[in-house]
Amino acid sequence: MNYTADRPTETETEETILKKAASHKEIVLDVKDLSIFYGSKEAVKRANMGIEKNAVTALIGPSGCGKSTFIRSINRMNDLIPSSRAEGEIIYDGLNILRKDINVVALRAEIGMVFQKPNPFPKSIYNNITHALKYNGQKDKQALDQIVEESLRKAALWDEVKDRLHQSALSLSGGQQQRLCIARTLAMEPQILLLDEPASALDPVSNAKIEELILQLKEDYSIVIVTHNMSQASRVSDKTAFFFNGDIVEYDDTKKIFTNPSETKTEEYISGRFG
Amino acid sequence: MNSRITDRIATGIFYTIAAIMVALLLYLFYFILSNGVPQISWDFLTSPSSAYQAGGGIRDQLFNSFYILFITMIITVPLGVCGGVYMAEYAKPGKITNFIRTCIEMLASLPSIVVGLFGLLIFVNITGWGYTIIGGALALTIFNIPVMVRVTEDAINSVPKELKEASLALGITRWHTIKTVLLPYAFPGILTGAILASGRVFGEAAALLYTAGLSTPTLDYGNWNPLAENSPLNIFRPAETLAVHIWAVNTQGLIPDIREVANGAAAVLVIAVLVFNILARWLGSVIHKKLTASK
Repeated sequence: MNYTADRPTETETEETILKKAASHKEIVLDVKDLSIFYGSKEAVKRANMGIEKNAVTALIGPSGCGKSTFIRSINRMNDLIPSSRAEGEIIYDGLNILRKDINVVALRAEIGMVFQKPNPFPKSIYNNITHALKYNGQKDKQALDQIVEESLRKAALWDEVKDRLHQSALSLSGGQQQRLCIARTLAMEPQILLLDEPASALDPVSNAKIEELILQLKEDYSIVIVTHNMSQASRVSDKTAFFFNGDIVEYDDTKKIFTNPSETKTEEYISGRFG
Repeated sequence: MNSRITDRIATGIFYTIAAIMVALLLYLFYFILSNGVPQISWDFLTSPSSAYQAGGGIRDQLFNSFYILFITMIITVPLGVCGGVYMAEYAKPGKITNFIRTCIEMLASLPSIVVGLFGLLIFVNITGWGYTIIGGALALTIFNIPVMVRVTEDAINSVPKELKEASLALGITRWHTIKTVLLPYAFPGILTGAILASGRVFGEAAALLYTAGLSTPTLDYGNWNPLAENSPLNIFRPAETLAVHIWAVNTQGLIPDIREVANGAAAVLVIAVLVFNILARWLGSVIHKKLTASK
């Protein structure tokens, strides 16, 4: 928490003005007292976090600090782990999405997720994108063609694959596969995009392309990204949360976190003293 | 003895074992085919078997083998695949699941003669059907289902976790994910299981002796009405398969050319299994390519 703006003696620096502007931003996901357990182990401890609309929020921290668990709870992917259990609330669109009676399938269509390892289906590039659309009843060939092109363009992949849409997605390079996975998620027209270390398995060139893409996508989507790469977090994100041992140690504007963090733990981590 | 020599000896032993396996198979093939192929003629394949005279064929037995295989697979594959999907995707790990798994394994290890006698009791006597194709097929289903369940479960579990997550994360239901991602990916493994099960059906004699019987009524291959007495498609008629025929001719045959008929039938059986395996694998790879868009 930061009280500096309320102090009368403080002059309004550029930074505090920015912070004020940021505080007016709409919150798309409101995480309240979220705790996640695996069996009896508490992987995330009473986390509180307001995730802003049309912004990129980066989650950083050492391995096993709970950031992946946190992001996976936002679209209920943790449901797949039988021993996991969540307490607290994540408010999205006025609803607590952790409630038992939430339609998880519909939720996941609105909150899309891209994983660390590119995981295209062993089908053609075209069918990778239409897979979920067809399930949702879109059968019209023309409409499908159009959505395929649009999503591939949005993911900056169209020019590279437009002549081989019906070849296997596995023939693409790792970076292309990852952009295909992003395109496939975008085709569902999600509101929020969750990226779980999307570039960590890729080479530097592909990595740069993904970062460029994230900055473009921010216009239309709210993005949450888990990353191990500190410079990536500082380049692409507006807000950064630093996780340590299941706690959110600090959550603030990225600029603040990387230049003048309030917590010594944060400073130690971003300066590479541990983790 | 140093480790390099040990390593060489181990390698040598493994090569020898592999060579013994190949040699055994080749010798068996050579023995069966060299004795049997000279007996095979168009006439042998297309005439009915005879009870007393020489020169009988195996037409009906050959047809029965394929037909029982077909009926068995129609029952076994859907049940086995569903069971495998349940075990891999729906069963929660715990005591009940372990108990189910133990039951499946016990079922798989039942001696086939026991299954045959059980079939005699249930599918022949209690139902009052007598010796029938469907009775034989159900008996064969009993010990083929565990194979199918096991193979399907393993094949689905071998699908990378990431693929399943990818589909679920796109807002697709579990069932649709199973249908469109897991099963297509697991298809080659499931097919292998089905081929293994088919091989057992082809070769099985003990379980069919008391369920499908040792005789075949006079069949009219022009009659395709599955309800007619003399139709080959009637599943409520007795049907002696090739494997059963080989056993029956050898143990209680009254024909003078027992050796020739048995050898010929054995060769046909081996060739049929071989051709069936190759065809099934070829068809499987075509389907798999179509499903995965790979070359």
